[in-house]
Amino acid sequence: MARTAAKLPTGKRVVAPKRARLLIATRKGLWTLATDGARRTWKLAGPQFLGNIVHHAMLDPRDGKTLLAAARTGHLGPTVFRSTDNGKTWKEATTPPAFDAGSGRVVDHTFWLTPGHASQPGVWFAGTSPQALFRSDDGGANWKGVAGFNNHPQRKAWCGGDQDGTPDGPKLHSILVDPRDAAHMYLSMSSGGTFESLDGGADWQPLNQGVRADFQPNPDLEFGHDPHCVRFAAGNPDRLYQQNHCGLFRLDRPETRWQDIGGGMPKSVGYVGFPMVPHPHDANTAWIFPMDGTDVWPRISPGGKPAAYRTRDGGKTWKRQAEGLPKTQAWWTVKRQAMTVDNFQAAGVYFGTTSGEVWGSRDEGRSWKCLAAHLPHIYAIEAV
Amino acid sequence: MKFRVAIPSPLRSYCDGAATITIACAPSSPTLGDLLAGLESAHPGIRFRILDEQGKLRPHIKVFINADVERNTAASLPRNAEVMIVAALSGG
Repeated sequence: MARTAAKLPTGKRVVAPKRARLLIATRKGLWTLATDGARRTWKLAGPQFLGNIVHHAMLDPRDGKTLLAAARTGHLGPTVFRSTDNGKTWKEATTPPAFDAGSGRVVDHTFWLTPGHASQPGVWFAGTSPQALFRSDDGGANWKGVAGFNNHPQRKAWCGGDQDGTPDGPKLHSILVDPRDAAHMYLSMSSGGTFESLDGGADWQPLNQGVRADFQPNPDLEFGHDPHCVRFAAGNPDRLYQQNHCGLFRLDRPETRWQDIGGGMPKSVGYVGFPMVPHPHDANTAWIFPMDGTDVWPRISPGGKPAAYRTRDGGKTWKRQAEGLPKTQAWWTVKRQAMTVDNFQAAGVYFGTTSGEVWGSRDEGRSWKCLAAHLPHIYAIEAV
Repeated sequence: MKFRVAIPSPLRSYCDGAATITIACAPSSPTLGDLLAGLESAHPGIRFRILDEQGKLRPHIKVFINADVERNTAASLPRNAEVMIVAALSGG
């Protein structure tokens, strides 16, 4: 990997956005929350796709108006809806992500959507359950499997069977496209681990050294890990942050060994969670939202006392941030796509809960305010 | 040969809201698969929500030919058969 490490962001001030909008994907449809540059009041709108399970909705940052939403209902097959007018009208994909006939595999749902590289307008990637990677070259209207991954000779070994994986089905997620190089990509799987491609997806290699896999007989594995969420650090695609089933990790390329950054978490809280959310402008800052991973894995806020944790030093230390959140008897979870940041200089941080509340902070997590309640179980939030 | 097909409410958005539609099948001995192909031609996108990419009926979809449940898309359709597609109510 002969890639030059990028300089960390210098703290250059960004132009203050005039508005922010949250796309809220839920088990029963898609909602939006919108605000102005002050971020004091929010207006809820929706639902769209009422009754559909919307796993993820995403804006195309290249044109600022194309939205994709990954949806299915309890009865019907999975599909992708597209809007080219910022969500006013939607049209279903002509060819949604699906395996080749005769392969024996069936897409249960599309879980993750990632816009392609800035130099490739119209390119999108989708990760599905069971684990597979799909690509669209026409803005999400037609999708094809990425053969380099889906038909890779090692894929079965990497993924295990389609019946393996998380309780809601094994997932391919955290599809990352290096902003400096369209051919350089990462993806992660629950379970399976993190993988890298240097040739636009034609071939993939495991990238899991240093990551724990305590649930395996041999914890020092090449693959088979359970990354819950992997993200680029702000402005530095040579730094990856990972929230894993077995801890918190950071990788600074060209290194290939992940560093454990969970040691600074209080033992009473632990280091298990779903989301990993880097700051939009500071590569040393990121947020997590721990959950209870003890005993039978209740997957709720430890002790019923929800809190985000923030690092300002690349994961050496973590600070609890719970002002404004319920102090007790709050038994919800924040899923891996359900926490995000906006692009303001003082980052707004947002998360959605399995009990249908959206919480936001406009002071980088120092204090939280409930922005919406009584929504369905929230799967994903994106700030656009 | 033409067949009347009852469409369940979750699929009516593909058929301009119609609860029942008529589909013509060209083969002299049409199968359920031929009927679903005709349905797709008339209302693009609907078949993938009924059948998966391996050509099997999705788990919560049932098809009745006259009064009998049929899960085999190779099954023949009798002349004048009435076909009912049902999205089984389940889950929460």
